[in-house]
Amino acid sequence: MSKCILAVDDSKTMREMVAFTLRGAGYKVVEAVNGVEGLSMLGRETVDCVITDVNMPQMDGLTLTRRIRATPGHAGTPILVLTTESDQSKKNEGRAAGATGWIVKPFSPEKLLQVVAKVCP
Amino acid sequence: MTEESSTNDLSRFKTTYFEECAELLITAEECLLRLQNGSDDPEDCNAVFRCVHSIKGGAGAFAFSDLVRFAHVFETALDALRSGRVGLTPALAEVLVRGNDILGDFVRAAQEGVVLPPDHGERVTQVLNTLTGQGGQDSGAAASTPSAPVAAGEACFLVRFIPTAEMLRTGNDPLMMVRELAGLGALETSADLTRLPARLEDLAAQDAYLSWNFRMTTDQGRQAVLDVFEFVAGDCAEVSVEPDGGAEAEKPEAPAAAPAATPAAPPAPAALHPEPSEHPDHPDHPAEEGHPAEAGLRMRAEDKPGSGGVHTASIRVELDKVDRLVNMVGELVITQAMLGQQTNRFSAESHPELFMGLQELSHHTRELQESVMAIRAQPIKTLFSRAPRIVRDLSSRLGKQVRLVMSGEGTEVDKTVIEQLSDPMVHLIRNSLDHGLESPEQRAARGKPPEGTIHLSAEHRSGRVIIQIEDDGQGIDRRRVLEKAIEKGLVERGQSLSDEQIDQLIFAPGFSTAAVVSDVSGRGVGLDVVRKNIQDVGGRVSVQSQPGVGARFIMSLPLTLAVMDGMLVAVGGERYVLPLTNIVESIRPKPEQTHALVNVGNMLTLRGEYIRLVALHSLFNVEGAVTDPTKGLVVVVETEGGDRVGLLVDELLGQQQVVIKSLESNFRPVRGVSAATILGDGRVALILDVGALKAEGDRDGGGGNAPLAAE
Repeated sequence: MSKCILAVDDSKTMREMVAFTLRGAGYKVVEAVNGVEGLSMLGRETVDCVITDVNMPQMDGLTLTRRIRATPGHAGTPILVLTTESDQSKKNEGRAAGATGWIVKPFSPEKLLQVVAKVCP
Repeated sequence: MTEESSTNDLSRFKTTYFEECAELLITAEECLLRLQNGSDDPEDCNAVFRCVHSIKGGAGAFAFSDLVRFAHVFETALDALRSGRVGLTPALAEVLVRGNDILGDFVRAAQEGVVLPPDHGERVTQVLNTLTGQGGQDSGAAASTPSAPVAAGEACFLVRFIPTAEMLRTGNDPLMMVRELAGLGALETSADLTRLPARLEDLAAQDAYLSWNFRMTTDQGRQAVLDVFEFVAGDCAEVSVEPDGGAEAEKPEAPAAAPAATPAAPPAPAALHPEPSEHPDHPDHPAEEGHPAEAGLRMRAEDKPGSGGVHTASIRVELDKVDRLVNMVGELVITQAMLGQQTNRFSAESHPELFMGLQELSHHTRELQESVMAIRAQPIKTLFSRAPRIVRDLSSRLGKQVRLVMSGEGTEVDKTVIEQLSDPMVHLIRNSLDHGLESPEQRAARGKPPEGTIHLSAEHRSGRVIIQIEDDGQGIDRRRVLEKAIEKGLVERGQSLSDEQIDQLIFAPGFSTAAVVSDVSGRGVGLDVVRKNIQDVGGRVSVQSQPGVGARFIMSLPLTLAVMDGMLVAVGGERYVLPLTNIVESIRPKPEQTHALVNVGNMLTLRGEYIRLVALHSLFNVEGAVTDPTKGLVVVVETEGGDRVGLLVDELLGQQQVVIKSLESNFRPVRGVSAATILGDGRVALILDVGALKAEGDRDGGGGNAPLAAE
């Protein structure tokens, strides 16, 4: 069964790009528009990896990361934070929150697949 | 892996991106205007930040570097604002609103593929940069070139990797790094078990105890090896990558592994199996039975890897596709009517299944039609959201104080109708601001509050959408309007006109009363264009005015432009369709109910109320129709304005759905007729415009000696 990736981003463009790229590579992708929806998706789907934006309404990506880590069964689920290059502090915050790694925006499809393949083999 | 190829791959998302940008820009503007009006809700500021951030994010992906550059400056300023490093002053709010406009310029430039002059938005950029203490040339967000591996020739490295105990808690599995290293080239692995606790009870499942020494040969260079540990570099007790002195000698054995090392390769099966999975709760095997609710969300079974099970709240579809659907539904409705006509010669008793089937068909057709129409429906909010900006800009230019009130933004209307309404609405708002509302001084002198009010409202009424723009200004100066109309030859001197008729003169072609032609409205191409635009989509516009108190413009449009419920009526040999929503009742009047009044025309008394009687046969010049109201039928219809009028017809033929075919685009506009339709037997029937019929009846005194067809 193909790996299931949860893509959380309030930007539809970003979600679509992430989802399209990953689906093209054979992953299954579920989408959520913010942290709250992401968490509920986590309860509904067997998620193997989470890719989340940082800035989102209702629940941001860092809070989502902490909440996922506190969710039974997801202590080790890979979580990738989408961040912009200038946000070195965001990388550190992400790591402190429990994120596995990050993907710097803007990213190429190749880069996305490479990072996902890395954390979610 | 060049920038070029990646943008090509992503270009399919551009449409989505620009649609999203349009929405984001509107949201940002709404929030900015709220901020400007003194909102202290931090969410407004956050929302603007997120909008700009999203626009920037997408722009980076498509390599719209100008857009990225400006969005970054804008975003940085907003970040400073939302974090409280900078306070919001009215001047800053103004700059931010302007900034949003410029952002919109860049978005449009990117969309149209044009390059804006390099100094576009420079002033705003400078202000924003000063604000955040940034230099002029911030390149922090410039589109990044994916780090292309530098061809370095084969080299051998000794890699030492000692993770901290906590590393596993962020989902960083040492196995994933081992696997990645293996992908870079030939790898020899040795695990260091010395930190492993001797007794099982001392072992914490969530901690990492092992460390590794690798010896690898790769052509990817040292940086590529370091990049493997990118995510854990901060957590690791030690990561070292040192060139191995003896590397050169071992070169020949490497080439077999090298081709597999492209970073873009999909997850390759790991070539080797080191055994470092020292924690039972391994992320590779999430508890599958722990997620029972999967079925609820699945729409279809997975037919290929990676498809299905996608949760989407909405999808974007090109309008053309929906329009094709709408057209097909229209054809289906006609076909269904045709079938109904054909079966008239059968009896329901002899063919029960046929009639049941037809009834089902009719039921399903209707549901299909309603569903398709719902796809095209949009809340009118998208249209109204333009209003605050227009009012704000104009009021400051005209030196007037205006409060804008909006209601009914949730009213859903066909997308095409919304698009067609946009220009007329803007024009009417401008008109109200420019000509309707007085200056604060004038208002004060008249005992009104200095701040004028414009009320924009939308609602559904009898199958149409009614949009009203109401102001509490000076109303229409009827004396001046009449003078002007006479001067322009629109009205003959001495002709007696009611107040309402005078008010409607402002829609006459070429009519403009503004003493001074301002650049806001009143260039002479005014309200007549508004009326024409609205009529083009089967709508009407009228004005109600009370001198000194205010004016109200009423636009009335059909909810959809495709299918409607109609009542088929016969007049002589002709068939007409009356919109079902307009029909109140139908009666056969008794002789004592009809009255022919001098100078007024034929009237009908109905339960003590006088109703104008309009004979369709004389209006449309139809031969052989019933001319005596007591022998025919009178259909009482109600206009959007609430006026009632009785239409004399021969008989009612039945209720049916009709497909609206525009007369304007297929023939030419005809007064009193809103559109045409094709009946089941292939004949064309005209759909009557009740509001216009009422107006015609008023004009020529009802019983009608002036046939419209002579027009």
